[in-house]
Amino acid sequence: MSAPAVPDERVAAVSPVRRLLVRPELGALIGAVVVFVFFALLSSTFRSADGVANWLDPASTLGIMAVAVALLMIGGEFDLSAGVLTGTTGLAVTILATRFGLNVWLAVLLSLVLALAVGLANGYVVTRTKLPSFIVTLGMFLVLQGLNLGVTKLLTGNVLVGGLVGRSGFDSAHLVFASSVVLGGTYFKVSIVWWLVLTVLATLVLLRTRFGNWVFAVGGDANAARKVGVPATRTSMALFATTATAAWLVGTITALRNTSAQADAGVGDELTFIVAAVIGGCLLTGGFGSAVGASLGALIFGMTSVGIVYAGWDADWYKLFLGAMLLLAVFANQFVRRYAERRRRS
Amino acid sequence: MIRRRGRWWGAAAVLLVLAAAGCSNRVDIGAAGPAATPAAKTGGRLTVAVVTHGAAGDPFWSIVKNGAVQAGKDLKVRVTYQGSGVPQTQAQFIDAAVNQHVDGLVVSMANPDALKASVERAVHAGIPVITINSGGDKSVQFGAITHVGQDETIAGRAAGKRLADAGVKHAICVVHEAGNIGLTQRCQGAAQGLGGRLDTVQVNVNNLAQAQATLRAKLTADHSIGAVLTLNPAIATAAVAAESGSGSSAKIATFDLSGDVTTAIEQGRIQFAVDQQPYLQGYLPVQMLRLYHDNDNTVGGGQPVLTGPGFVTKANAAKVAELAKRGTR
Repeated sequence: MSAPAVPDERVAAVSPVRRLLVRPELGALIGAVVVFVFFALLSSTFRSADGVANWLDPASTLGIMAVAVALLMIGGEFDLSAGVLTGTTGLAVTILATRFGLNVWLAVLLSLVLALAVGLANGYVVTRTKLPSFIVTLGMFLVLQGLNLGVTKLLTGNVLVGGLVGRSGFDSAHLVFASSVVLGGTYFKVSIVWWLVLTVLATLVLLRTRFGNWVFAVGGDANAARKVGVPATRTSMALFATTATAAWLVGTITALRNTSAQADAGVGDELTFIVAAVIGGCLLTGGFGSAVGASLGALIFGMTSVGIVYAGWDADWYKLFLGAMLLLAVFANQFVRRYAERRRRS
Repeated sequence: MIRRRGRWWGAAAVLLVLAAAGCSNRVDIGAAGPAATPAAKTGGRLTVAVVTHGAAGDPFWSIVKNGAVQAGKDLKVRVTYQGSGVPQTQAQFIDAAVNQHVDGLVVSMANPDALKASVERAVHAGIPVITINSGGDKSVQFGAITHVGQDETIAGRAAGKRLADAGVKHAICVVHEAGNIGLTQRCQGAAQGLGGRLDTVQVNVNNLAQAQATLRAKLTADHSIGAVLTLNPAIATAAVAAESGSGSSAKIATFDLSGDVTTAIEQGRIQFAVDQQPYLQGYLPVQMLRLYHDNDNTVGGGQPVLTGPGFVTKANAAKVAELAKRGTR
């Protein structure tokens, strides 16, 4: 983009307050702070180091997925197969290592190949047929769910595959994907590190690279983007592959941590990823959102799921609380966006 | 516009104040936990966390929960209940309970491998653990005091014996989930108890219409079948439907209860149901932890404590149906 000779309204100075208000992650940030303060006041364990490590754990695996799903949603697509794919990859690692005797690292690698194949298949069908990704990945979701159960039972005669401990390469793979980092006497799961690194990486890619611009452009208006030379098809394919890779990472983390995999793992999680991304400011219509916001959305989930335990509430109410959080978040986002847009026009 | 924003911030402020007011005089149990445990040996309020693999809303687990909550009321124990079918979430719930320094932990281990680290962490922290329902074979290894549940082989044997006593020589055992080891154990036990011929029939619990067709074909083809033993209440109901009009007079018996099964027992269409009494799997561990805390008692002597098989027959079906309305059977 060349700098215009005459300054126009697109490059006019913007007040810092408004620049803050139009950030997609603002709603999620406020939400995360409110949830933290709320539970921290209710329970001293919640704000202790052990407590923090406890709620960062569910936030981390969800966050890894939410960040990838946020990128995809900014790019204007959905992936409903992402949840069950975490189960598929975990099962692949476990079955390949225990039933076929492969080295765990090799199993992890083959599982990545499988994940990429699924992601690229999603991307190919969506970009080729122009069908809504909602439907295409819903089909993939069902296919994978059936495969997970069918193949697992066929090969192992069971729905729970265990026995990863002691396989060659398990210890080093466990160290990388599923160990804990000791910090001041508290054990933090290594998945938290993966999550933070990926959030930073995704943010940099989105805001500081050409590919990031392509993602926003494709999600905003794919045809317009194509007309100005954005490789829209390739961008979409890359985004589906990214989601699949994240699913592989989470599946591997889960399998190595549980030293086993269940045939029904991950089913139903796909909506949670989308909810976290939406709380984080992603629009369902694409073209707007942030990776940090999605991570904050995941953080809200993590704090809530564990915070309810610390508060001593009945877990039956967990979903109600989450639903209320989601609605509050979208209301806040909507309000902030309208406010910002009205200010711009006046 | 300013007014609107004011309203938003006002609402947020009210929320915060409410949150602060609601908890200002609330003391976290965890704060006094570890120091209090060795000193206060008798009486006093205890906190016990129950963490199961049952999803919220599962009828079986809601009975377990009711048992645990009732025990808490009876024995001055503060009982918290969490359940998740996702093993890593269940492990996180256990970690949360350990961080709170609860006085006792009750865990069902459908996937023992996934819970190993968290259960051992609880044991290491000096928290007495009792396992329930599943994972009995790993219970002692992980350091739990005891296991409370049903031994599937023993339950199967008792069911087979009951059928043999009713004069059955040839029965079929209907397996509804391939590869579920517990179901295989039930059939093996039933074969031992029956002493006669027991064939295994495979059906799919997610396709009841097809299960019914399979059973009808089986019963129509072979009139020597004297009994059908199902391992799931929904399959039992399908078996009742399959039998009517097949010309067979096989007796039907099942594992586990449902409203339909209880009604069918009252009507004499199902002979009996083997009940693993989920209420006990909630009530007993809380009571055991109370006794362990107050009186250093352990139950079971290293062996699992069996909550089943209990039997529901025509004699007590009406009463069980009444109790089911209270959520205890």
